[in-house]
Amino acid sequence: MNSMRAPSSAPALSSRQIAGIAVLLVAACVLPFVLGNYQVFQITLALAYAIALLGLNMLTGYNGQISLGHGAFYAIGAYTAAILMDKANFPYWATIPIAGFVCLVAGFLFGLPALRLEGLYLALATFALGVAMPQILKHKGLEEWTGSSMGVVIVKPDPPGWLPITLSQDQWLYFFTLAWTVLLFFAGWNILRGRVGRALVAIRDQPVAAQAMGVNTALYKSLTFGLSACYTGVAGALGAIAVQFVSPDSFNIFLSITLVVGVVVGGLASISGALYGALFIQFIPNIADQISKAAPWAIYGVFLIALMYVMPSGVAGAIRLARRRWFDKARVAAPEKAASPPGRDVQV
Amino acid sequence: MELLVHQILSGLATGGIYASVALALVMIYQATHLVNFAQGEMAMFATYLAWTLMQAGVPYWGAFFITVAAAFVVGVLLERIVIQPVENAPILSVVIVFIGLLVIFNSVAGWIYSYTIKPFPSPFPQNSFLDNKYLSSHDMGSALVTLVVLALVFVFFRYTPLGLAMRAAAQNPVSSRLVGVRVGWMLALGWGLASAIGAVAGIMVAPVVFLEPNMMGGILLYAFAGALLGGIDSPGGAVLGGFLVGVLENVVGVYLGTELKLTVALVIIVGVLVVRPSGLFGKVHVARV
Repeated sequence: MNSMRAPSSAPALSSRQIAGIAVLLVAACVLPFVLGNYQVFQITLALAYAIALLGLNMLTGYNGQISLGHGAFYAIGAYTAAILMDKANFPYWATIPIAGFVCLVAGFLFGLPALRLEGLYLALATFALGVAMPQILKHKGLEEWTGSSMGVVIVKPDPPGWLPITLSQDQWLYFFTLAWTVLLFFAGWNILRGRVGRALVAIRDQPVAAQAMGVNTALYKSLTFGLSACYTGVAGALGAIAVQFVSPDSFNIFLSITLVVGVVVGGLASISGALYGALFIQFIPNIADQISKAAPWAIYGVFLIALMYVMPSGVAGAIRLARRRWFDKARVAAPEKAASPPGRDVQV
Repeated sequence: MELLVHQILSGLATGGIYASVALALVMIYQATHLVNFAQGEMAMFATYLAWTLMQAGVPYWGAFFITVAAAFVVGVLLERIVIQPVENAPILSVVIVFIGLLVIFNSVAGWIYSYTIKPFPSPFPQNSFLDNKYLSSHDMGSALVTLVVLALVFVFFRYTPLGLAMRAAAQNPVSSRLVGVRVGWMLALGWGLASAIGAVAGIMVAPVVFLEPNMMGGILLYAFAGALLGGIDSPGGAVLGGFLVGVLENVVGVYLGTELKLTVALVIIVGVLVVRPSGLFGKVHVARV
C-alpha cells in the first residue's frame, strides 16, 4: 500500500486528464438519450453508489479507518429522505442536503468513540453497526416514521416545468443525480488533493509522526468519519429516490460489504476508483444473477481475495500502472516530448 | 422472578454457544492477532456438511465427529493457502481477505443448499433425564457439550507438549522457532482448532436457529461481544464473556423487547472498546512509540 500516489500539489490536472473528464461528461450527458429507461435507472443507481464509495474511500482508503458498516449511513440517508418526503411533504431536492447533514452529525458522533479504536477494533465496531442497523430501523419506537418492516414508499419526482426539453422521469432523475455526483466529486477532489488530503494520508501511514508534525489527529479522524458518512448519506438519499422505496432489510450487512467490495475493486485511495467500483457493484450482480442467485457474492469474494494478492490498488491502480508503462515507452521513443512535470510522481 | 430465573438459565444455554464461537475467535487472535470475520460462516458451512452426512444416512454422532474432523482440516488448509500470503500485509488487506472468505462461504452454501430454511435434528431427545422445569433437553445438552469442549481445550493447552508449543509460538514466535517449534504450522493448527470448535457450535445452535446460510450472522456478533467483554486475548475470559452476553441478551429481551437484541451486542462492543478495551480479563497493551 506504500505505492499510492500522494495528492499532488503543482499542476492540478494534466491537459490529458482534463480532456478525459470532458469526454466523460459529454458521454454522461448523451447516454440517457441513447439508452432505455431501465438502463438509465441502473446508471442513476451506479452514480449514487459512486458517491457512497468516494465517501467510504476517504475514510478507509485515504485515512486508513476500516469501516465495515457504511451501509448503516446509507440507510440513515435513505430514511431521512424518505421520511421527509413522506411525512413532512418536503420536495425531493431539499431532502438531499438534509440527509447529508444528518449523516454528517451521525458519522461525527460515531467517529468520536471510534477515535479510540484502531484497525481491527474499528472494523469490529462498524461491523456490529452494520449488522444491527436493520433491527434498529424495525424498532417499534420508530414505527410511526419508518413504517417498520413495511418500509416507506416514495413518489417518483416529475421533471420540473422550466426545462426547455421534455425528459422522462428516469432521465430527469439521472441528470439530478449526475449533478450531485459531479459536485461531490469536485468537492472531494479539492479536499483530498491539498493540505487536508496530505494530513489524512499522513495519519494513515504514520500517525505518530503526523501528530508530531502538528496534525490534529483526533479532529481530522472524527471529521473524516463525519464527511465520509455525509457522502454516503447523500448517496443513500439519491438511491432511495431512484428506487422509490426504503425498507430495513435492503440495508443489511451485505450492503456494507458491497460498498467495501466497490472500494477495493475500484481502488483504495483513488477518486476515479469510486466510479469503476460503482459500475462493478451495479452491473456485475446483474450479469452474474443469470448463473445463480449466489453467484454475484461468490464473484465478489473471489475478487476481494484475488485483488488483495495481485492488485491491492484495484482497477484504478491497474489503469495507472498501464498508463505509466505506456507513457514510459513513449518517453523512451521520444525523450524530449514526454518529460513529465515535476511533482507528479511523488510516492508516499 | 420465575421469568427472570428462566431467562437467565436459557441465557446461559445460548451463552454456551457464544462462548464456543468466542473461544474460536480468541484462539485465532492469540496466534495471529487477527479477528476472523469468517468464523461464523465457516461454522455454518460445517453444519451444512453435517446435515448432508445425516441426509445420507450417517448416524448423528458419526456425522458430528466426521464434520468436526473435516472442519479441522479445512481450517488448517485455509491458513496455509489463503491467510499465510497476507500474514504480514497491512491490517486492511487481512480484514478484506476475511470478508472475502465470509462472502464466499455464505454464497457457496446458498448456491449448493439454497436459501430455504431447514430443520436440524437435536441429539438430545425430549422428555429425557435432561429435561427440567427451566430448560429443554437440547439447551441442557448443548451447554454440556460446550463445557466438555472448553475442558478439552483447557487440558490440551495446559497439559500437552503440543499445546505448550502452540502457546509458545503465539507468545514469542522468534524464540520458539529457535528452540525448534514450527511456528507456521502452529498457526495453522490454531486455525484448525478454531474451525473445529466453530463447527461444534454450529451443530449445537442449528436446532435452535434452524439451518440457513445466514444463521451465524447474529451469533458471530454476540461472540465478538463476548470475546471483547472477557478480553480478546484471554480464553477463559472469552468463555465467561460469552456466557455473560447470553444472559444479558435474554434479560434485555424481556425488558426492552426482542427487537433490540442485536443492538445490545453493538452497545456492548462499542462500550467495552471505549471504556475498557482490554476487556475484563485481558492484558492491557502498552505500545512503545
